[in-house]
Amino acid sequence: MSDILLQIDGKEVEAREGMTILQAAQSAGIIIPTLCHHEKLDSYGVCRICTVEVETRGRTNLVAACLYPVEKNLVVRTRSEMVDKVRKMILELLLAHAPEAPALQDLAREYGAQRARFEKEPSFCILCGLCVRYCAEVKKKNAIAFVDQGAKREINFIPEIASQECWSCKECFPLCPTSYLQAAYFLIEGLAFPPPSASEE
Amino acid sequence: MNGVNEVNGVKGKVRTGAMDNDRIDRIIDKYQGKPSSVIQLLMEIQHENHWLAREVLVKVSKRLEVPLSEVLHIVTFYKTFSLIPKGRHEIHVCTGTSCHARGGQRVLDRVQDLIGIKPGETSSDLKFSLEAGNCCSLGPEIVIDGKHHGRIEPDKVEDVLKDYH
Amino acid sequence: MPRINSATELQALRKGLLSKRDPNKPCVAVCAGTGCLGPGSDNVISAFEREVEKHALKGKVDMRATGCHGFCETGPNVVIYPEEICYTRVRVEDVPEIVSQTVIGKKVIDRLVYTDPHTGEKSVHQSEIPFYKKQMRHLIGNNSKIDPKSLDDYLALGGYSALSRALFEMSPEQVLEEIKKANLRGRGGGGFPAGLKWETARNAPGEKKYVIVNGHEGEPGAFMDRALFTGNPHSVLEGLIIGAYAIGAHEGFIYTRHDSAQLRNNIAIALAQAEQYGLLGENILGSGFNFNVEVHLDVGIFVSGESSALMRSIEGKAPEPRPKYIRTSVSGIWERPSNLNNVETWANVPQIISKGYAWYTRIGTEGSKGTKLISLSGNIVNTGVVEVPMGTTLREIVYDIGGGIPNGKKLKAVHFGGPMGGSIPASLLDTPLDFDALAKLGAPIGAGGMFVMDEDTNMVEVARFFLNFLTNESCGKCVPCREGIRQMLKILTQISEGKGREGDIELLEELCEVAGAASLCALGKTASGPVLSTLGYFREEYEANIREKKRPA
Repeated sequence: MSDILLQIDGKEVEAREGMTILQAAQSAGIIIPTLCHHEKLDSYGVCRICTVEVETRGRTNLVAACLYPVEKNLVVRTRSEMVDKVRKMILELLLAHAPEAPALQDLAREYGAQRARFEKEPSFCILCGLCVRYCAEVKKKNAIAFVDQGAKREINFIPEIASQECWSCKECFPLCPTSYLQAAYFLIEGLAFPPPSASEE
Repeated sequence: MNGVNEVNGVKGKVRTGAMDNDRIDRIIDKYQGKPSSVIQLLMEIQHENHWLAREVLVKVSKRLEVPLSEVLHIVTFYKTFSLIPKGRHEIHVCTGTSCHARGGQRVLDRVQDLIGIKPGETSSDLKFSLEAGNCCSLGPEIVIDGKHHGRIEPDKVEDVLKDYH
Repeated sequence: MPRINSATELQALRKGLLSKRDPNKPCVAVCAGTGCLGPGSDNVISAFEREVEKHALKGKVDMRATGCHGFCETGPNVVIYPEEICYTRVRVEDVPEIVSQTVIGKKVIDRLVYTDPHTGEKSVHQSEIPFYKKQMRHLIGNNSKIDPKSLDDYLALGGYSALSRALFEMSPEQVLEEIKKANLRGRGGGGFPAGLKWETARNAPGEKKYVIVNGHEGEPGAFMDRALFTGNPHSVLEGLIIGAYAIGAHEGFIYTRHDSAQLRNNIAIALAQAEQYGLLGENILGSGFNFNVEVHLDVGIFVSGESSALMRSIEGKAPEPRPKYIRTSVSGIWERPSNLNNVETWANVPQIISKGYAWYTRIGTEGSKGTKLISLSGNIVNTGVVEVPMGTTLREIVYDIGGGIPNGKKLKAVHFGGPMGGSIPASLLDTPLDFDALAKLGAPIGAGGMFVMDEDTNMVEVARFFLNFLTNESCGKCVPCREGIRQMLKILTQISEGKGREGDIELLEELCEVAGAASLCALGKTASGPVLSTLGYFREEYEANIREKKRPA
């Protein structure tokens, strides 16, 4: 594994081939905010809050740090006018869903995001997917699914599986940044789990 | 008039009734052992059966060894798949750009008024299901059971629908 | 039909077919494209078949249900060969007269002949009709001459001679060079040089490579890929096989719409026939080159036309895009090099190989070579599928070919690229059809859907229409797109309902900027196109509404 030298915020960072900018930054003690990232899971790249500016081959681009692979002589800026604008807007869009979430509130303070810029949305899930992915990749039970698409996208516990697996597990619960997950679980347990006397095959 | 279908209360003429498990099984047999064909399999069942019951999804998941979460993700990803029984006749009203410019919305309004359902719904007598979306070029257009009725005007809609039972 | 096992056998077969075809034999070609099926061309076809029976003409007159002729506005369209007499708006009641008067009697029926609505001038032959006259129909022109279900028809016109030349007279590298020198640019919306894409796939590490036809055509207002693929599936297939040869791929995928039974059937028939004749499968034409194709249907959503989403769908997963930090031509389906091109792009390949890059590059502009299929629709007299050389001005397309704006209205704007494109005002109508020229104006060609709008059009509503489309079609994975577009739509709806507020435009612009910069895929990135272009050229409409609190024109 050859060493790759890149520059992050003016600092020279040594990284290994196959690393992402986020991993390289973390190894050098440089903080890039994340919401949908987890060290035990494959990078998902959907919250886009880890967006950073990169300069390569004379061009500047905005990319997701958790996905972009390191390159020799890559110049990375983890803060800039555009980067901050993007992060502020993402937070404002998410605060419309979950204004009480501590992770969002902390970041909102740092980036000057306004809590009520957008009208309050009914669902307080921010669709980071940590629950779905943890259950699929780590527990390999696939008890939670993404359903519907676009603005209607949501997470659903699958009653057939969840009724068997979740009570003794619940490892995904602390991952949820907004506690929507716990609420969803108890709702589905009450509404759709088969009664305990029914035998499942 | 409540045009939304109700599955549990309807008996007798319901097209779905007890699903032909053998037929479904035979379709699944074709794709067994090929998890990457799950979309094609689901489309084939959807085309033949016009909807996908929960038991079918569970069966597909088991036989093709694709997690049920992935199957649910696929079938809810777009309105092509129906998780509730559809009507005997599928009406598709074009709402693409050119149909929209030529009054496609008025045709859709007329269809909705006549049948009493909105796009994505099925009439309570299970006669018609309605979808809106893109079709093609010559609008306004409605497609019923695959047959195109192009250049249609709102006041002609009733005549066209009368032919379907 | 015995397999063709060499280039000479192909030539002999073609000669044999031509010798059995009398060029003077009458042929009735009825358009069975969706645009003509709508007004009942299928009934017209049955009526012709009955009349031919009645007059005992079977065998003396050919009947052909063809693909889209292109002039959707005047369908059902019928062309009678060899005279090439074109009848428009043909009804079932007209058929007996056509057979007795024109087919048998060789007389022209005046009332069925095309009449120019402006000048009153009649055009008897298809090539004289102004709509067709100004076009350069290299790709779509053959539609009216062949039965899409007949490989023999395609062969009789010279089909598969390009494949034969590629396999027997050129090396894969030479084929690649030819496409590179022709500067064939992708016709699906990206406009990326196909030759470079092919080269990347060819040079990418890995034994197994794939080629893919993107037949999804999700752009609303675009219907030319369907017209071409349904009407002449072999033209696309031939291009695909040549491309596979150049890249070194032995497996291909055709990704097409699930909602057109006619398209699905014609593709299936074309593949079966090609295999039967030895033009597809193992040891093609005896050259030693193997290539097989699988057909996959889409699930119906716009985003599945995005190349990385499409590849996920082929793998059996929900069609959600992935960021393109690693090119799909290097790591695509199952992480193998995958070259994806649009239907029209593939259809350009055979003619480039047959006639050479020098011939091809003489057509078009400096940066955009060849012809382009355009789906002309909206407030225009002649809707349909049009094919023009790149460089043709928009004015020529709208007025000379399109016949101008109906009802005496004035042109306001022209929109390209659907929900990911932009609108340009009538003042810029002398812009040439060119990838770069249009992109610079904020209205990238996209797939080629050209939507014409008259003076009564509400431009805020146009932007709102496209955003509404995208909110239903976004996969919903990433925040800037899912949340951003939804908020943009809310603002536009407010404005178009007369409830716009101060600061709305600025917020809209900020949302556009963030979505454009930070979205995961092209859908989110270009969703702001219609909004930004209408804000750029028609800002007064937005402002007037907010100021006056009423709905714009």
